[in-house]
Amino acid sequence: MIEFLVYVAAALTGIAFLLALYRFLKGPSAADRVVAFDALTIISITAIVLTALTEGRGIYLDVALVYALLSFLGVIVIARYMERGL
Amino acid sequence: MDTLLPILGGLLLVGGAAFLLLGGLGLVRMPDLFNRIQAGTKATTLGTLLTLSGVACLQPAWGLKLLLIGLFILYTNPLSSQVLARAAHRAGTEKSSKTMVDRLAEDTGEK
Repeated sequence: MIEFLVYVAAALTGIAFLLALYRFLKGPSAADRVVAFDALTIISITAIVLTALTEGRGIYLDVALVYALLSFLGVIVIARYMERGL
Repeated sequence: MDTLLPILGGLLLVGGAAFLLLGGLGLVRMPDLFNRIQAGTKATTLGTLLTLSGVACLQPAWGLKLLLIGLFILYTNPLSSQVLARAAHRAGTEKSSKTMVDRLAEDTGEK
């Protein structure tokens, strides 16, 4: 029962990832792609945490934390670049 | 109590993933960039937080680390979306034809 719910959540997360990936590939402007990238990283963090749950290995949580840190810095840097250039 | 907590955790997981799906759907369907920022950051933030609390219900020993990830996302995600929206506005991204008011343009005096 619980395992089934976990797999349903993983499937929904995968569909969300594909939808955001569609916007990332199609996005008319660069800003659209950055927004889609932001959403993609957040969805990826959820996917990593779900992987940690199904594999039963807590080390993946550290990976998720570092990934959150790096993706946040990446989005900030790209936004600053779009605003006034490096 | 021992049987209730995993069921609550599983339901939280599915609810959070549903919010992630709604965020992704909003990214595809919304008409312009600023609406997409709304869908792509707010809904996914709530979805991630719900999913993290669901995992914390299923694996209580990981609670502290999950709380750390959740707090980090809660602090950084609104900041990155705000910086992104301001940068897009200054770069002159075109707005949807249904946009009624633009307070930032009124404040800075541009058209």
